[in-house]
Order: sequence, then structure tokens, then C-alpha cells
Amino acid sequence: MSDTAAGLLQVGLLVALLAAAYRPFGGYMARVYSSGKDLRIERGAYKLFGVDPKADQTWAVYARSLIAFSAISVVLLYLLQRLQHYLPLSLGLPSVPSGLAWNTAASFVSNTNWQSYSPEQTMGHLVQFAGLAVQNFLSAAVGIVVAIAVIRGFARSKTDRLGNFWVDLTRTTLRILLPIAVVGTLVLVAMGVVQNFSGGHEVTSVVGQTQTIPGGPVASQEIIKELGTNGGGYYNANSGHPFENPNPLSNLFEIFLLLVIPVALTRTFGLMIKDKRQGYAILGVMGTIWAAFTFAATFFETQGAGTATQAAGAAMEGKETRFGEWASALFASSTTGTSTGAVNSAHDSFTPLGGGTALFHMMLGEVSPGGTGTGLYGMLVLAVLTVFVAGLMVGRTPEYLKKKITAREMKLVSLYILTTPTLVLAGASIAMGLAVARASIFNTDSPHGFSEVLYAFTSAGNNNGSAFGGISANIPFYNTALGLVMLLGRFVPMVLVLALAGSFAQQQPVPITQGTLPTHKALFVTMLIGVVLIVTGLTYFPALTLGPLAEGL
Amino acid sequence: MTTLLKPPAPASAAIPKRASSGLFDPKMLLTSLPDALRKLDPRVMVKNPVMFVVEVGAVASTILAFTNSSVFVWWIVVWLWLTVVFANLAEAVAEGRGKAQAETLRRAKTETTARRLTGDGGEEEVPATALRLGDLVVVEAGQIIPGDGDVVEGVASVDESAITGESAPVIRESGGDRSAVTGGTKVLSDRIVVKITTKPGESFIDRMIALVEGASRQKTPNEIALNILLASLTIVFLIATVTLPTFAAYAHTNLSVVVLVALLVCLIPTTIGALLSAIGIAGMDRLVQRNVLAMSGRAVEAAGDVNTLLLDKTGTITLGNRQASEFIPVDGVTDTELADAAQLSSLADETPEGRSIVVLAKNGYGLRERHTGELPHATFVEFTAQTRMSGVDVDGRQIRKGAAGAVNAWIHGQGGTTDPALGEVVDGISASGGTPLVVAESINGTARALGVIHLKDVVKEGMRERFDQMRAMGIRTVMITGDNQLTAKAIAEEAGVDDFLAEATPEDKMALIKKEQEGGRLVAMTGDGTNDAPALAQADVGVAMNSGTSAAKEAGNMVDLDSNPTKLIEIVEIGKQLLITRGSLTTFSIANDVAKYFAILPALFAAAYPGLAKLNVMHLHSPESAIVSAIVFNALVIVALVPLALRGVRYKPSSASAMLRRNLLVYGVGGLITPFVGIKLLDLVISLIPGIR
Repeated sequence: MSDTAAGLLQVGLLVALLAAAYRPFGGYMARVYSSGKDLRIERGAYKLFGVDPKADQTWAVYARSLIAFSAISVVLLYLLQRLQHYLPLSLGLPSVPSGLAWNTAASFVSNTNWQSYSPEQTMGHLVQFAGLAVQNFLSAAVGIVVAIAVIRGFARSKTDRLGNFWVDLTRTTLRILLPIAVVGTLVLVAMGVVQNFSGGHEVTSVVGQTQTIPGGPVASQEIIKELGTNGGGYYNANSGHPFENPNPLSNLFEIFLLLVIPVALTRTFGLMIKDKRQGYAILGVMGTIWAAFTFAATFFETQGAGTATQAAGAAMEGKETRFGEWASALFASSTTGTSTGAVNSAHDSFTPLGGGTALFHMMLGEVSPGGTGTGLYGMLVLAVLTVFVAGLMVGRTPEYLKKKITAREMKLVSLYILTTPTLVLAGASIAMGLAVARASIFNTDSPHGFSEVLYAFTSAGNNNGSAFGGISANIPFYNTALGLVMLLGRFVPMVLVLALAGSFAQQQPVPITQGTLPTHKALFVTMLIGVVLIVTGLTYFPALTLGPLAEGL
Repeated sequence: MTTLLKPPAPASAAIPKRASSGLFDPKMLLTSLPDALRKLDPRVMVKNPVMFVVEVGAVASTILAFTNSSVFVWWIVVWLWLTVVFANLAEAVAEGRGKAQAETLRRAKTETTARRLTGDGGEEEVPATALRLGDLVVVEAGQIIPGDGDVVEGVASVDESAITGESAPVIRESGGDRSAVTGGTKVLSDRIVVKITTKPGESFIDRMIALVEGASRQKTPNEIALNILLASLTIVFLIATVTLPTFAAYAHTNLSVVVLVALLVCLIPTTIGALLSAIGIAGMDRLVQRNVLAMSGRAVEAAGDVNTLLLDKTGTITLGNRQASEFIPVDGVTDTELADAAQLSSLADETPEGRSIVVLAKNGYGLRERHTGELPHATFVEFTAQTRMSGVDVDGRQIRKGAAGAVNAWIHGQGGTTDPALGEVVDGISASGGTPLVVAESINGTARALGVIHLKDVVKEGMRERFDQMRAMGIRTVMITGDNQLTAKAIAEEAGVDDFLAEATPEDKMALIKKEQEGGRLVAMTGDGTNDAPALAQADVGVAMNSGTSAAKEAGNMVDLDSNPTKLIEIVEIGKQLLITRGSLTTFSIANDVAKYFAILPALFAAAYPGLAKLNVMHLHSPESAIVSAIVFNALVIVALVPLALRGVRYKPSSASAMLRRNLLVYGVGGLITPFVGIKLLDLVISLIPGIR
């Protein structure tokens, strides 16, 4: 079988798997959040933490609960790392330095999973599974519950209530993430991913050196790393490591895992607002952009320019031979389109335009299909923006899903779309202006060096977590700055979008007539794709010119 | 209740006035220039965030141009200033047209003295400005009415051309729905006593002047929302620009402030930012051109959103009077005999119904219209409430026409009998919603029925098409009438409205509005009577007829000076056109940026990274000419679009999908392509300028 045929087969198989999961899984999630019943274990948890599961919260209380919960998570995760040498299962590793501990705490709580450390040399088993793995579940759940609250904002009317954060969070974790994780772990183990508490294996490498490769509860962490669009690997090599991702089959399964929740949430959305076509339209936008970026990345990698690449006949630097270009490009586009940041190849070693594709994909704001929950609400905000302009063009004051878009909504949307570009560009600009930050760039004096810095801030601001290597980010400046960018890039948009949902929930629905802009048809889908590409494209175009474009053209 | 000399609503007003509203006179650019320059005051500019950023950039560039002077820099500086001036010019031109109108109105508002009635029955002369609420003033033929009020005594013909532009006088009388008079209008005949209902300075004419001048102009809700979006886009591009120098420094490229300002100004949405307020003013102006005064811009926007139109049957959907449509003979009488008798009986009947019978006899049956003078022996019998018949006695022959019951009684009274077929015809006409008039004759004491005249409401021409358009736009039309169910249904079907409300009382109307609004629908209606006032106030768009009462005018949020209820449809279209113009130019403005990037970015960085020259898809002459071309294009496009902003984009009622497709194609795709062409052409010229490298 040719590479192209094999590649297309993988993409086809992936799409088929997602399509099969779409209805049942999306429907299941809709039922989870619409159900009035609590499981016994949930009731126990509510009693333990003193939560009234029947209390419906306003957007402000919802947001406060979320921020408080996340703030406590940051503190706990920070302390766990700092105190790891006093705690069991540390594998004898020392306390994590303060800057790195802050960066890692911010990173895992914000669902970014940027790792400016080598996990196997820094974090013991306890931090890995009691800290990082726990946050892998919880941060993913936090993203999903915000999306659910936003859906309720559209679905409800004449109320200021959006649901209960604690109930949503508990249900997401116990009814959605955990069951899939348990089953998925077994599948991964069956595919060859390791799962043990071993301190390490001594192996002799091909050149005769001995090397210690630690084992650990890898599969159980791997599953939620992908499912929750987290991306923080058990090993530094992430999904390129054979213990995390041993073969093409596990590779395809992992890609499926990181796409399945964001994709199926569009179904949940359609069901909860009682108009499935709107969910298809949103999925159509996400899917089209994802497909375009996947094929762009594949094209640039397979047609790679450059002497070495041409001579080798393929851009294989930084890629695993067991995956090849297609599976690497597919993974790259899926991980940058979902804010996961897991990698099965080194993005830094991609061709300039291939790497630029991954960079640009993140810049779109992680909406194709985006992180768990974040992708959906991010796309809905862009849809509101599109409707605002498109609605005017049909001669009405704009409305989306029967809700009017007035000055108040536009204020929130505007602040939302301003937040991430500001963090990314300002962060990158400060870094490029500081000698100490520039000194971390290995590829000095080339556009690629700038791309690496831009990639770091784009990844942090959009909560992706993948990186262009070639920059030593474990210095105080990057640890601090990226930590801040990750938290602000995560929680400022969340608060804004919850406020937006609160505003929509209070409105009386506007009836749909012939004069209403149809937001489920191809024309609107096309326009939304255009807005996503042009609005973000225009914002980052100057920066991209000096990075990947300068290098690749 | 009315004693009008002429029908209040000229049917011809149904034809939209295209007037001068759509035209744009280039001379206005010149005359508005002083105003445009005055608006450069930063305290004024700051209200428009997009253009304020341009002005700040222009100031900074000017200062820097003195220290680092070159032809290129000065070109940029000049065109930055021109960009700001062009934006102000657009607004000034839009305002200028209102100012001209205000001048005309001011002339109407000459100083007048009022004859105020004193408590003891006497009269005193006071200046009009001294009048207070509730004062009673006397106005006689030839005098100017000193203030807004209601006629409480007498009836007079009034020349309202000062505010309506309509030269034919109108009747104003105490009581009823035609009691409101406007200060500044002139009494032509008779004497009336007016009770003043507004304070000086707040009169209708004062408000009109303020409105057309734009003095009381406040940003409308949607305009505010759009401004927020434009401001945030401006901030995004500001960030993209200010972060660029450190990126460029790494590429060993030094970006001058002037170049950065040029890049910023090209990227921020200056096109829509410059034209936004002109679009709003022009929208209000288009209403004024059609003699509609909107009391707030909010109402104009709401008009675009209207879901339900409540239309009064009479005068809006039908011509206002029933007309003869058919003669149906009975009892062996021929068509011509009946037509002849019907015509004879109606010769002296000056009611519209009577005239229509004569017209039908002439047009449908070829009967020459006879004049009353031709029949010297004829005695005309006038309609009275007792007989409920009218007719003529001529040469021993008595002809009567009237309601079936009355005429039957007359026949039976003379010993005659009626054909049972007559009853069937009468019932048939009634069932179809028409009004039957029975024609009978009595010769030498033998009375018999000749036949029936079918009177029916005549639906105005083109109404069905308009309602079809409305439906396509998603607007539901509801006909309101005092007629019974049967009649209402027949007319509703003929006119093609979606629904009707028969035997409607003001309470019914109010209940209907509330019911529609509960479902989130926006309702528009017209009204003129005092009992319409609550409904006018409740409706989202309430258009009061100028001929109506002060209470109605006070309650509505628009006043139609022509008192033409059909205009509601035009108002909706103007509202929509206003929003479409905003949306289309926003799309155009943003789409333009793509080409500007392709002009400027290679110009800035191709020296550092030669590969970027590939982005110079337009093959612009040099970096300097590329940047100048982009900034010149950016400024010129504002001027080029001023006429469009003032006129509004082309609007054809159609479904939302069709409209979006068209506007996206024209303004979205067009907005992508146009600047590529425009910048290339400008570059061909600009590259010839000596000093631009």
C-alpha cells in the first residue's frame, strides 16, 4: 500500500470512528446534564462537601465557584510538587523548583499541559497520578461544564440561572471521563502501553550505552491525557515514546480520543438547544477547518522543501518511523486543533510551512474542534460575532439561536476575542525584547528562532501545551510569563463567556421567521469559516510573516 | 363625524418618493468642508474611536515628519490627515442635508403673537413664546397658529405646507380625530379656538428641527454594539502593530513610527468607522424625505426588525370607500336598463359610492354621464336616515336605490312584490363581504325591483405583491377592521394578508399587540385617533398620522406628515436598508485588509527575508510606493463610498438567505478583490511621483 493510500485510510477510519460515536456519545452527554437524578456516590460527595445539588446558580456564582475551585487546584498542585521529597512514591526525586512548580501547576490546571521539564526526571509517581492525572480529569471537566453552561444560556430564557457548577463538574468526572478512562486504559494496555509501578528498566542501547527507562502507570495517564485534551506526557517524548504510543493502531486510537469529546459536544449542543441542525453546522465549521489543516500539514510534510528532505524523499526528521509523515501530520493537526498539545513527532522539526500550519491552527483559538468544552464555546463566540455582521446584512438587528445580540453581548464577545491575541502577541513581543528571553533560543538569528518563541506563547495563550523545542523554556522568565499567560488565557475567556451565557439566558427568545438569518445552512457555515480564518489570520499575519513564512517562502 | 373637503390620504403617496434622498451632489463635499475641518477637534473625534486612532497617528506622524523628512513620509502624513478629513466630510455631508431642511422649517417658525383668551371671556395679545400649557388661543383666517394644540372650538381649513410640504389645505375641527394643529401652520378660513398642548421650545416644529439637524442625535443600540466591535478590532490591530517592532528587530529590520502608523491605519476598520455615523444620519434623512419623522433612531432600527404589521383596512389596504363593481339585474330586466336606472338615481349622489356607480355605468355599460342640468323635470331625493334611500323622480317615474330592507319596504308599501331571486342575490353579495344596494322603480304606482348594485371595498393595486414580499421577508401582516367577520375575511383573502382582526375595538387591537409581543415579536402599526394612543405607545413602531390627534402623535414614535398609512411598509424597508448598509460596509471594510497586508508586509520585510517578496502578488513597484498606495486607497475608498452610505445599499425584499448571499458576494468577495485592483492601479500612478523610491 502506498503512503498516500495508507494515510487516507487512516483519516477515513478516524472519521468513521468519530461518526459512529457522534450520536450515542453526544446524546449520552446531553442526558447526563439534563438528568434530574443523582447517583448515590454523587449524593455522598455533595454531602461531604456541603453542596446543595438542587441549587441553580447565576452566571456570576457559577464563575466564582469555577475560579475558586481552580485556584485551590493550583495551590494544591504547587504544594504537592514542592513537597514531593517528603511524600511517598517520589522515586527519590527532589522538590520541584518554585518557578517550575508554578508553571506546571498553572499549566495542568489550565488544561494546557505545557511541560518545561522532563517528566521522568522531575516528577515522581505520586505527583504524576495524584497531582497531574487528577488535574487531567478536573481541568478537562471544567472546560466541559463551561460549555454546558453556555449551551444552557442559549437554551433557557427569562432566567438568570445556568446550572450548578459542582453538580456539572461531578457528573462530568464520574459519568463521562472516568468510565471512558477505565475502559480506555484497558484498551491501551491491550495495545501495548505500559501500566506498572516499576522504578525503571535498564536497557542497553544500540550504541552500547546503558539507559534507565522508568515504568509507571502510563496507560491510565495516557488515556485521560488524550481524552481530556490535556497533552502532558508521562515521558518527555510524549506520544512519540513507545511506552505511551507503541504502534499505528494505538496512534489512531489516541487521535480518536482527543477528538471525540469536542466533536460529540456539538451533538450535545444541538440536542440541548432542541435544534440538531445548529450542532451539525458548528461541527461542519470545525470539521472543515480541521480537514483543511490536516491536509495542509500533510502536504507540506510530504512535499517538504529543503535539501535534506528532498534527498531523503521525505521530511522524516523528528518523526517516528512507525508512524511516518501522514500519521504524524494527522496527529499534529489534531493535537493543535484540540488544544491537546500531545505530540507523536517533534513539531520543531517539521518543514517551516508544516510547522507554521500547526502554529496557525492554534492561533485560530482552538476551535477546530478545540479542547473539551473550550472548543465548543470558543466557536459559539465566533458564531455570535459572525451573526452580528451577517445579521445586519439581512436587515435585522442580529440574533443567534433566538437570542438578540445587543451592545452588552458585543462587549463580552469583543473582550473575549481580544484576550488571547493580546496575551500571545504581547507575551511574544516582551520575550523578543528581552535579552535573557532571546538567549533561550537555540536557532539564533533565524526566523525559526522567532517562530519558537511565538509558538511558545501561542501554545500557552491558547492552552495547547505543545512546543517547538529548540528553546530552553525552563528559565524564570518563561516559567513565570507562560504560567500567567496560560491562566489568563484560560480563565478570562471562561468568565466572559459565562457572562455572555447569563446575558442570553435572561432574554426572551425571538421567533424565527423567513427574515431570520438561517445559521444552519452552508452559506453561514462558509461565512463562519471565513471569519475564523480571516479574523485570526489578520491578527497574526504580521507575526507569521516574520516566522514560518519568512522561513518557508 | 368628518366634514372633510378632500380625502385625507392621497392614494398617490403609495408610490415611494425617490426624491433627492438617493442622490449625492459632489458639490456638497466642498460646501461641507468647513464643517469637516471643525470636526477635527479631538474632543469631537474621540466619540469615534476608530477615526480618533487615525487622528492620533496623523498627529504623531506629522511631528516625526519634521525630524525625519522625506517625500515618502510627507505623502503618508498628508494622506493620513485626508483620511480623517474624508471621514468627517462624510458625516458633515450627511448632516448638511438635514441642515438645509432645518432652515426651511425655521422660516416657518417666525415670531408670532397669540390672542390668548382670558378667564373673563376677553382676549389679550401675548408673544407665542409666552404661551403655557392649557392656554386657549383664538386663530382666525390669515393668522399663524401660535403653538401646538387641539382645536376645542370651531372648524377651519389650515395650510400645513410649512411642515408637510403639501399645499392643499386640510380641515381641522374640534372633537374627533382631526383636532390637532401644529404651531407655525396657517389658518386659511374660519375661526378656531386652540388649547395649547406643548411648552414653548418643545413644539413639534422645534423637535423636527432638532431631529433633521441631528442635534438630538443619539447613537442607536445597534450602532453602539457595532461601535464596540469596531473598537475591539481597532485594539486587536493596535496590538498586532505595536508588538511588531521587537519581532522585526530580531529580523534586523527597523520599523519607523510613520510606517507603523500607516500599517495600523490600513488595518483598522476605517471605512466603516468613517461612514457609520453618516449611514445613521442618512437613514433618518431617508425617512424625512418621505415625510416621516422618527422621534428616535431606536424606532428606525426597530422598524427593520418588525415581525408583525398591523394595518388598518380602510385607507391602507383598500381605497377607503366602497365602490360599485357590478350591476346584477333581476326579474327579466336587462343589464342596460338597470345600469341606466342606477346611474339616474346616483346623479345627484356626491358620495364616493354614488360617484362610483356613475363611473361603472359609463365604463362598464357605455352609458354617457348625464348631468343634473340635462334633466329639467327631475327631482332628486336625498338620502336621509329615515328613508335610507336616495333616488330621483323624473317624468312620472320614481327610481330609488338603497339598503335591501328599506327598498323592499318601499316596494311593498306601494303594493308591489319582489322576486325571490332578489333575496338570493342580496344574500350572495353580503356573504362575499360586499354591500348590496337594491335599485327599484315605480311607474304609475307599480313598483318593482330592477336589480342589485354590488358595492365592494376595492383593494389598492399592488397590495397583494407587497404582502407577498413582506411574507418573504418574514413579516406577518394583520388587517384591522371594524367590519364584520364575513366582510373582513373576504377582503383579507383578496388582499392577501396573513390574518385579520374583524369588528376590532381599540381594546382588541391592544390585546393583539400584547399577544404578539409576548411571543417576542415586534409589532408596527399606524393610528390617528385618541383611542389609538395606548396601542401606538405599546407597539414597537407606532406611526401616528399627522392628521390625527395630539394624543396619538404623542404616543407614537414616528409621525407621518402625509398621513398615509401605507407608508408603514416603506418605513420597515428603510429600517432594514439602514442595517444592511452597516453590515455590508463592515464586511467590506474587514475584507479590504487582506489586500493591504499583501501590499505592506512584503514592503516591510522583503529586504530582510527575500522569500517574502513572493507575497507581493500585486507586483507593486517599490516598498514606498506600495505603502503609499495602500494608504491612499484606504482614504479614497471612504470618499468613494460616501454616496453609497448616504443612499443606502440596494435593497430588494427577499428572504434572509437570498439577501445574505447577495450581500456577501458583493461586499465580502467584492471587498476582498477591489483593493487588489485599486492598490495596483494607484501604485502605477504613485510610482511615477518623483521622490518616492
